[in-house]
Amino acid sequence: MVTCAEVLRELSNFIDGDIDPKLRAEIENHLRGCRRCSVMLDSTRKTLKIVGDERVFEVPVGYSERLHKFLAKKLGTE
Amino acid sequence: MAAPDPLPHADSSVERDEAALIRDVRAGQKELFYELIQPYERGVYLTAFSIVHNQADAEEVAQEAFLKAFEHLDQLRSDEKFKNWLLLIAINEARMRRRKDHRNLYESIDEEAVEADDGEFMPHQFADWRDVPSEAYAKTEIKNAVLKAMESLPQKYREIFLLRDVEHLSVEETSKLLGVSKAAVKTQLHRARLQMREQLVPVFGKRWSDRLPFLKGRSPW
Repeated sequence: MVTCAEVLRELSNFIDGDIDPKLRAEIENHLRGCRRCSVMLDSTRKTLKIVGDERVFEVPVGYSERLHKFLAKKLGTE
Repeated sequence: MAAPDPLPHADSSVERDEAALIRDVRAGQKELFYELIQPYERGVYLTAFSIVHNQADAEEVAQEAFLKAFEHLDQLRSDEKFKNWLLLIAINEARMRRRKDHRNLYESIDEEAVEADDGEFMPHQFADWRDVPSEAYAKTEIKNAVLKAMESLPQKYREIFLLRDVEHLSVEETSKLLGVSKAAVKTQLHRARLQMREQLVPVFGKRWSDRLPFLKGRSPW
């Protein structure tokens, strides 16, 4: 039986599916009975969903235009 | 008199295969370089930003990185992903910029000290999270909170987190680009994810004690 500390230690590998099947099954079993670990897993997954959305991290306004203008000068494609 | 062509640039709207674009740019069709880099403009900027930590510097690094990519496009090997090759150029450019900037010297030392603490990370915030509709991700409050959380990460964690969880590179690709072992990528990514989560609890979390008051004060960790 895995402990909460072990679940926490393996949380990232668990999310990535990068974990031994036996340990995975033990963690899944633990999660069914442990609200705190379930909350940790759920909120960490939500964190990754949020940061992975391209609307969250934006480039500065006009970045692409300034980049193309810079390159056009250097490449001679103006 | 012939009517003007209603779609004079119709051909440019046709999606070209990346390998074909690279071949054509190498053959001298410079103007296709903009089409080639378009999908990666954001990733190169964000990667640079994760290292130089400053909007103006990140833009300049991105410009220099794309210029270098154009100038050395013939050095891209056929077994290399264009995206990863570009990001590596951006990482090297950003690190050079960072080294030149003496202001960052002190920050680097501070961060090394933080990273030297290899103790287990202990969560302090046990809050359950609200379900946030994805439409809300565009809200300034959320964007600022995520950016602030990311900026609070130690430098090495931030680079790994950005490449893995924002740019969605694999552990192996991240390891190669940053020149660190796969084990180090996994360990530091784990800490980065937990720290990001912890930082974002005030924005997305409901108080744990509001849901399960009888557990207040108990910590299994």
